[in-house]
Amino acid sequence: MKALSQKRRHPLAAIALLLMGLLLTGGLYAVATTVNEAKASTADFTASDTEEGQKLFEANCATCHGMGAGGTQDGPSLVGVGAAAVDFQVGTGRMPMQMNGPQAYKKPAQFNEQQTHQLSAYVASLGPGPAIPEAGVLDEQGDAAKGGELFRTNCAMCHNAAAAGGALTRGKFAPALADVSGKHIYEAMVTGPQNMPVFSDSNITPEGKRDIVTFLKQIESTGSPGGADLGALGPVSEGLFVWIAGLGVIIAFTIWLTSRTS
Amino acid sequence: MSAASTAKAPAYVANTKVGRITDFVDERVGGSGILREFGRKVFPDHWSFMFGEVALYSFVILLLSGTFLTFFFDPSMAETHYNGSYTPLKNVEMSVAYSSSLDISFDVRGGLFMRQVHHWAALLFVASVAVHMLRVFFTGAFRKPREMNWVVGGVLLILAMAAGFTGYSLPDDLLSGNGLRIIDGVIKSIPVIGTYTSFFLFGGEFPGTMIIGRLYVLHILLVPALILLMIVLHLFMVVVHKHTQYPGPGRNDGNVVGYPLGPVYAAKAGGFFFIVFGVIALMAAFFTINPIWNYGPYDPSPVSAGTQPDWYIGWVDGALRLMPGVLGDFHFEFVVFGYVLTLNVLLPALVPAGLVFTVLFMYPWIERWITKDNREHHVLDRPRNAPTRTAIGMAGFTFYCVMWAAASSDLIATHFMVSLNDVTYWLRALFFLGPIIAFVVTKRVALALQRKDREIALHGRETGRIVRLPHGEFIEVHAPLDEYKRYKLVGFESPVPLPAEPNEHGVVTRKEKRRAALSRWFFEDRVAPATPAELEASHGHHEAVEAGAGQKTLSH
Repeated sequence: MKALSQKRRHPLAAIALLLMGLLLTGGLYAVATTVNEAKASTADFTASDTEEGQKLFEANCATCHGMGAGGTQDGPSLVGVGAAAVDFQVGTGRMPMQMNGPQAYKKPAQFNEQQTHQLSAYVASLGPGPAIPEAGVLDEQGDAAKGGELFRTNCAMCHNAAAAGGALTRGKFAPALADVSGKHIYEAMVTGPQNMPVFSDSNITPEGKRDIVTFLKQIESTGSPGGADLGALGPVSEGLFVWIAGLGVIIAFTIWLTSRTS
Repeated sequence: MSAASTAKAPAYVANTKVGRITDFVDERVGGSGILREFGRKVFPDHWSFMFGEVALYSFVILLLSGTFLTFFFDPSMAETHYNGSYTPLKNVEMSVAYSSSLDISFDVRGGLFMRQVHHWAALLFVASVAVHMLRVFFTGAFRKPREMNWVVGGVLLILAMAAGFTGYSLPDDLLSGNGLRIIDGVIKSIPVIGTYTSFFLFGGEFPGTMIIGRLYVLHILLVPALILLMIVLHLFMVVVHKHTQYPGPGRNDGNVVGYPLGPVYAAKAGGFFFIVFGVIALMAAFFTINPIWNYGPYDPSPVSAGTQPDWYIGWVDGALRLMPGVLGDFHFEFVVFGYVLTLNVLLPALVPAGLVFTVLFMYPWIERWITKDNREHHVLDRPRNAPTRTAIGMAGFTFYCVMWAAASSDLIATHFMVSLNDVTYWLRALFFLGPIIAFVVTKRVALALQRKDREIALHGRETGRIVRLPHGEFIEVHAPLDEYKRYKLVGFESPVPLPAEPNEHGVVTRKEKRRAALSRWFFEDRVAPATPAELEASHGHHEAVEAGAGQKTLSH
């Protein structure tokens, strides 16, 4: 310590300090960016996957997304969207899109798992992008309570606190999240499909995303402790129910009670 | 009744022990007199007369279930970490109020059921009050001598909404916190006193640590006490005024046709209480309401999609949703002397509600002024027989419903797959046009129904039986009505416009002219009830047809 304090007046001290500062900033920056680094991860994909995927792509997707997925007037470029985006869009049936509109609807998937895999392989080969999440983050063994807090802060304003979905402007909407697989939820967070923003790994860590998936799966499996949940839509469905069912039954009784006289 | 028969006979000694005890009590409190008086009170019978009862019973159920909840609820906003059995909230930081609400739901035996009973009963309470008021309005039951009771009823409606809202906020979950935030915003938009009032209510900047405790006191003490007081006044006046009745043979403003309270009605009313209780209990057992565990603890930063108040506050929320912030280049937010005046919050929050309640409270006097009708009315109007009043009521109802629908604009958009913006634009248009359309349509429908009544009174009911006369003509046989049914169709008042009259100085004042204009607007379109002379004439007409007179037809 004494040696260090004696050398602080050394002519090279300022340079050394500057160097240290630069190294630290650069190092931190490097760490920060790798957190968010797009992974090209073509590791899982074989060359034949990519090849088959390209054929499928050209037959089914190129009309809008263009040959080589460079994008056209009708569809965006898919270079760099990553395997996760393809797996989500094709896996949930949103792509190929039924028709142009404010938002693509979920529908029965048009491609089987293998074909989806091949399409993902092809698009992933075009440029680095988010990879299909590994099983480790989808084990639903995270902290549901933390996931719930993250969900309420980041997701509930569109998807509703009970994940029942909600409206956005001009015909767009945030869908309900029941019956959505953990993988697709995770992929939606990293790729930001349709009108959803991207929640990058520096925004919500993979651990946080795992918690969110855990939370959503847990509330789904818990069910509704208080009886039929009326769509989990809050006071509107409750009000509708009390007016139509509650008051309706009571009116039936009042008519019965007064039917025998005058 | 046995008490009545054993009373007032000093020398009398009852045979049984129960009889002797009854006699003892009666000699000291005079219960038999009260019982006799009440037991003989006559009530007419109609299903639409029972909504007030539903409201009363819901209120009793609210008191019972609410008392249970107070045993376990802790209205403290102190911070705690949840440690109950609902794992998705394990260890989450929250207020004691929310934590104890969760405990009621998951760890108190029967707690969730009682919470749901309380909440469903609250929704049903306000709904039955509202339907009761609609019935009273559309049948003209608010007319003399019941104007004041109408006002008491209006106060009860406001108190019911206040009770509901203060209760809605108590669990301190995200949903109720968002609701409070809107109320806070509305209060702050009031010029000059707004921010002071908000700080006073919340004990500092929103949300503070006071509000739940304060709302709790209002919810379990002040508001229910006021409701009870108003119910007492309300029922007292019902006894004083006697019940109204629908028009019918033998019924007039000087009598009440029906059955006495005791014993049949007392039994029916007692049974009806348990029916209402049963319906609420079934709803509470099978349908979840306000699943507070879904919403999480209140925190000012998150807002959930689909955040709505309970139905009775919905119309005010809807008005807020309908209000544009900017209209073309016109902004609804001004800076006056360095202070912000946000009309885009102030106008929708206060004006429609103010308008609805002002007209609601004033209406009996408005109609009385227009008609100059100072007589007592105990026989109700069928809604069609007061077309303009019915149309005014439907206009107000539509105005309310448009705002009500606007509170669920997001759910309308998602569930009917339409654009949220379009829903808002349509509802904005309907906010202004809806009441006008409703007024015109209702008035025409009422007049048409009156014409139909007149037609039936004069020519009888269409039997659907087609008869071919000897000379080849086809006629449909109309069955004449019996006298009871005909009375219902012809026995109503049909006022004519009352022209302006000079006052005691012989001057027709401007106010009187305005009144006359309103009277014309009220009564110029009218279908007069069939007169005895017309009935007589049409009767002859029928006989002629049935006798087969050639030229007469009924094909109209």
